Amino acid sequence: MAKLTVSPSPHIATAKTTTSIMADVIVALIPAIVASAIIFGVKSLAVIATSVVSAVLAEYIFNLCCGKKQTVKDLSAVVTGLLLALNLPANIPLWQTAVGAVFSIVVVKCLFGGIGQNFANPAITGRIFMLIAFSSTMTASVFPKADVVSTATPLAVLGGQEGELPSLVDLFIGNCGGALGEVSACALLVGGIYLLARGVIKWQTPITYILTVFVLTFIVDFDINFALAQILSGGLFIGAFFMATDYATTPNTKWGKVVFGIGCGLITVLIRLFGSYPEGVSFSILLMNILTPYIQKWTRTKPFGGVRA
Amino acid sequence: MHIFKLNGVHVPHLKKTAAMKAVRIPAPQTVIIPLSMHIGTPAQAVVKAGDTVRVGDLIGQAEGNISAPVHASVSGTVKKIDKVVLASGNTVDAVIIESDGLMTVSDSVKPHSVAGYEDFIAAVRDSGAVGLGGAGFPTAVKLDVKDTSRIKAVIINGAECEPYITSDTRTMLDDADWIRKGAELLEKHLRVKNIIIGIEKNKPECIKKMREVFANDKAVTVKELPSVYPQGGEKVLIYNTIGEIVPEGKLPIDVGAIVINCTTLLVIAKYIETGMPLVEKCITVDGSAVNEPKNVIAPIGTKLSDIFDFCGGFKSEPAKVLYGGPMMGIAVSDLDAPLLKNNNALIAFDSKDAEPKENTACINCGKCVDHCPLRLNPVAISKAFARKDADELSVLKVNLCMECGCCAYICPTGQPLVQRNRLAKELVREHHKKEGKNNG
Repeated sequence: MAKLTVSPSPHIATAKTTTSIMADVIVALIPAIVASAIIFGVKSLAVIATSVVSAVLAEYIFNLCCGKKQTVKDLSAVVTGLLLALNLPANIPLWQTAVGAVFSIVVVKCLFGGIGQNFANPAITGRIFMLIAFSSTMTASVFPKADVVSTATPLAVLGGQEGELPSLVDLFIGNCGGALGEVSACALLVGGIYLLARGVIKWQTPITYILTVFVLTFIVDFDINFALAQILSGGLFIGAFFMATDYATTPNTKWGKVVFGIGCGLITVLIRLFGSYPEGVSFSILLMNILTPYIQKWTRTKPFGGVRA
Repeated sequence: MHIFKLNGVHVPHLKKTAAMKAVRIPAPQTVIIPLSMHIGTPAQAVVKAGDTVRVGDLIGQAEGNISAPVHASVSGTVKKIDKVVLASGNTVDAVIIESDGLMTVSDSVKPHSVAGYEDFIAAVRDSGAVGLGGAGFPTAVKLDVKDTSRIKAVIINGAECEPYITSDTRTMLDDADWIRKGAELLEKHLRVKNIIIGIEKNKPECIKKMREVFANDKAVTVKELPSVYPQGGEKVLIYNTIGEIVPEGKLPIDVGAIVINCTTLLVIAKYIETGMPLVEKCITVDGSAVNEPKNVIAPIGTKLSDIFDFCGGFKSEPAKVLYGGPMMGIAVSDLDAPLLKNNNALIAFDSKDAEPKENTACINCGKCVDHCPLRLNPVAISKAFARKDADELSVLKVNLCMECGCCAYICPTGQPLVQRNRLAKELVREHHKKEGKNNG
């Protein structure tokens, strides 16, 4: 008789793994990818492919060089690559995309110890890095219908720049300028609902984030159209559903998620209305990432029956 | 009051033996009866090699305040008293009896007349009853509350929340009358006016049966519990039945509650009415390696291999064998291990089911936090344990962990969270011991 395995309980476990969770996120991003291909054409797919391949290769080579266990099969590098690409404008040079993806993976994630250990969202930090490093190409947003001409994004218009604001319907379906994956609020919403239904993310952060932005921009001058345009444009939906819900860099408690969402909303609105950048989603999430350990500690669950020592 | 919901996990039920009446196995050739199948001081052997014993004879006497007696489960000859290593890792004395195959019942087995409270507690002690839900705490100690007016409610645990296990289900269905008699004894001797039977709602047949049996008993209510593991956890059960929170360091009786497993109650009732102590156990034998899963009644001390043989042996090589269910059960290293009082199932997994989940890096998903029924923070405990930070572990209340397994079950990255909690509890205990020494 073969030896019996002795191991601590429990002896069964859920079938979910990091890989299956990341696969769910990838599935949830498919509507946004398809929307970007329809809106911006094939070149969007080239940017996405470059970003994903660079991200995965960067992680593979990093692990290889450092003699670490290979982690690419957990698909998290694919997710980072996708999210970064969806935050880039369609005309971004492919080499810049690759540099951004490598930065996201190597500097923001791997150097901090790999998946789960990074304190900042890799895709967001990568985007901010690119915004500083390649500011001219990063801010030249493309209007889908006349793709050679750079135009002001809806947010820039909302912020007071010359230009025409697209209708709310156009903003919702994505018929407007902006980054690849952020323009179609509708496609992102479909993906977000999928993630909620699959239990991958919780409702607290996306809802409080979007609601905070809505309420704050509404009370500025009680213009419902202005507030709606604010929540439908820029990177709010992709940020709220896909970036502010990243496990490693956001609080793991229910109330922590609420605080995180409200904080992101507040910073986003402050930057949009008073800052010199038209968009504040990336910065708000990065700033809140830094506060995450504290928020997590403040909002800890109270043990059932626990008595204070 | 019941103001918030306790979390847990939705485990697969896998209760495919629920409709199978328990079958008694033939007398085994040898039984190995450990003298410590309970929490507390081991019993003291009162037999020696060569003695003849019959079913129900006392072979181990309770020692000290927290202990339980042990009885012969077969008739035959005591071969020897020897040390055995239990799956818990403890080495204990065990009485090894060679069976004569006749299962002759001892003359000492005769009905007991119970005059009052003291008598009742004594009878419970003599029955050998221990917490049969798994904990193995001597029942007489639990029931001996001195002042019975402290008891606001007795909760009969019929939750049976672990996957696979249906032995309590069979007890409730086939021995409902014994449970009724047990409840009547509690009403009479502990002067309890409120008895609640908690049953998870995935067992509608048990809920129906218990409601029928207690239809005319005003003191007894049957409470349908949500089908979320772990309803059978003592603190969870108390909260979900009477809405009381047992504070840290306190006992259920401090909030007026006594929790007793339905099968434990049956043992007490049987002992008082017939004189037969706890010598056999109904267990569920199941798992992917078992040929014919079924419910079995076997003498305590029967070798696991005899029980599996009775269930048609193995259809594939067993790779892991558990005392109890897959959430809290203890893995055994040897099929010669004996059946213990507090076992309610034997689960044998084939190599596929025994394969542990791959352990990858924690991604801080927070599922362990969301699902902990006691609202602990397993991921924070793990981090504090990695730093060997006993003070932080005390703040995180790792000592409250009941090791139900929800966190490790739900973890997508296969972290051994329960095991870390156990080690962390040990670390905190050591730390306090040292501190106590330094201060004292």
